[in-house]
Amino acid sequence: MSVNELPKKFEEFGEARRLGFLKAKEHKDKGGRLAGIFCTFTPLEIFDAAGIVPVSLCGTSEETIPDAEVNLPKNLCPLIKSSYGFAVSDKCPYTYFSDIIVGETTCDGKKKMYELLSELKDTYILHLPQGIDRPYVLDMWESEIRLLKEKFEKKFGITITDDDVRAACVKRNKERLLKVKMFELSKSIPPKNYYKGIHKVVDSLNFTFDLDETMKNIKKMHDDIEENYKINGSPVKLTDKRIMISGCPISGVADKTIGVVEDNGGVVVVMDSCSGIKPARNLVDVEAPNIYRAIAERYIKIGCAVMTPNENRMTMIKELVDEYKVEGIIDVVLQSCHPFSVERYQVKKLSEDLGVPYMSIETDYSTSDVGQLTTRIQAFIEML
Amino acid sequence: MNNYIGIDIGSTNSKIAVLDENENLIKTYVSSTGFSSKDTAKKLMDEALSSGIDRKDAKVVATGYGRVSVDDSDKTVTEITCHAKGAVYLFKNKNLVIIDIGGQDTKIIEVEDGNVKDFIMNDKCSAGTGRFLDVMARTMELDIPKLCELAKTGGGVTISSLCTVFAESEIISLIGRSEKKENIANAVVMSIVQKVASQTKKVSLVGKQVCLTGGLCDMDFILDALSKSFGVKVVSDKNARFAGAIGAALYAKGLK
Repeated sequence: MSVNELPKKFEEFGEARRLGFLKAKEHKDKGGRLAGIFCTFTPLEIFDAAGIVPVSLCGTSEETIPDAEVNLPKNLCPLIKSSYGFAVSDKCPYTYFSDIIVGETTCDGKKKMYELLSELKDTYILHLPQGIDRPYVLDMWESEIRLLKEKFEKKFGITITDDDVRAACVKRNKERLLKVKMFELSKSIPPKNYYKGIHKVVDSLNFTFDLDETMKNIKKMHDDIEENYKINGSPVKLTDKRIMISGCPISGVADKTIGVVEDNGGVVVVMDSCSGIKPARNLVDVEAPNIYRAIAERYIKIGCAVMTPNENRMTMIKELVDEYKVEGIIDVVLQSCHPFSVERYQVKKLSEDLGVPYMSIETDYSTSDVGQLTTRIQAFIEML
Repeated sequence: MNNYIGIDIGSTNSKIAVLDENENLIKTYVSSTGFSSKDTAKKLMDEALSSGIDRKDAKVVATGYGRVSVDDSDKTVTEITCHAKGAVYLFKNKNLVIIDIGGQDTKIIEVEDGNVKDFIMNDKCSAGTGRFLDVMARTMELDIPKLCELAKTGGGVTISSLCTVFAESEIISLIGRSEKKENIANAVVMSIVQKVASQTKKVSLVGKQVCLTGGLCDMDFILDALSKSFGVKVVSDKNARFAGAIGAALYAKGLK
């Protein structure tokens, strides 16, 4: 058992943050391993098989952006700045106590930010292909996943067997199915609940250290909503317009996107982004002879704007519009996110083809544009 | 007899429009919004009721960025929806592309069969808005109408920056180089025209009348420059600055 030091500024932190630090410290003091991750492409099964808890370090608050801007340019995506700011200011318990940070070569901003992060922490980078249409893509991605496994074996002095990995795949598949089942409560007309509450819970699951507990919580939320629906019916009005939120991860701007939609005559039925259903769709083929290949196949299908071309996102939007009876698409782009910003062109065209009204908004983590966003979202809903 | 009152609390100016039962426009009034949109809202409501209208016999819809500050309204509706209704009324045309250059945002609204089909609004930035013109006019010790008048006789200079802050320093350096005032004025107005025109071209103009609403509606130089840019005549109306308020009043008429 080792003893882990708390940061010097610990006493200055608010209660919630102190609790986070104590929880992470307790996990580490008991000999637990912790890894910081940033991306839906990160193959969680390898962490599970290695007995490492993966925690998302994507920053969602503007609080640490001034700290980040000491070293990073101002016109960079708020998620990247916030994440780095938390690391450099010792304000995030999970970054602070992580044994390793695993990044990936997604967008240019993140890719280069990891170089700065590696001065603070052991940072390992997975190399993603830039698209999925080359014949070598699966070979490359599979070997990247194997290299990550080797990195873990070496760093922690452990052996990870194929059986460990396969068992981890079985469990993650279960978690994904539970999540999808919960999201599917919004398929009914009207949806069985507003999305605001669902998002808060899904977001908090990122910081649970025990996958079994996570699964229990997802199931509980599903059952609670279902139970409430049986007794009281849905809190959602039939006249509420069914909105899909697409684009960048929105946990840092949830109130001014989901919140504003649901306060103004709309209801979010599905989010295609990394904050929504994207990480839960598609399963690993646990029967496959080469389990690493199966993991590679599952993850490479993720439709992220860093891929060129990005057909998989368009396919997913088409499917979700149909499955969730979407009446309007709001494409949320974080400021300076070039991949999602440029891709709005394709999503808008797709929306026109599908006959679903489309609006895009560009925003950051500040609250200075709440008034304007409210007008735009309200007007969009009035238009539907 | 019932009356319908639309109150449009904009970021710079606030407007009211009063309609009678037969949708005749019987009163309009504009006042600067000032510091407190709540006080302005109250003042406008008093003004609307001053011509002998009883609040009990009137329906009131509030719109504009300060719409929630109107305590006594029956409903709030966004300025996008109201501008569309108001423009359809003013231009007697159900298929329009409306360009509304407002104080803090510029809106392009596509209207088909009388309904909003799509709209574009600038993001968190004052480029291409009335505020941009206002700041530039002040730097040149002019007001907006004078700036637009002067712009007619100038030319040959361009401002490359769309950012209000950077554009202002560009102008200061043009002044420093003793560039003629009318040429700078022309550059300022043309920069906003180009910005607005490129936003407008994102929607389809085919089969639609293009109209200008908002505070710049009677600046004929802007109308001409926009017309040239699209190759079709951009129209306006003396009451186009009240389009939002008129739309709100029409919305009030539809309330049960």
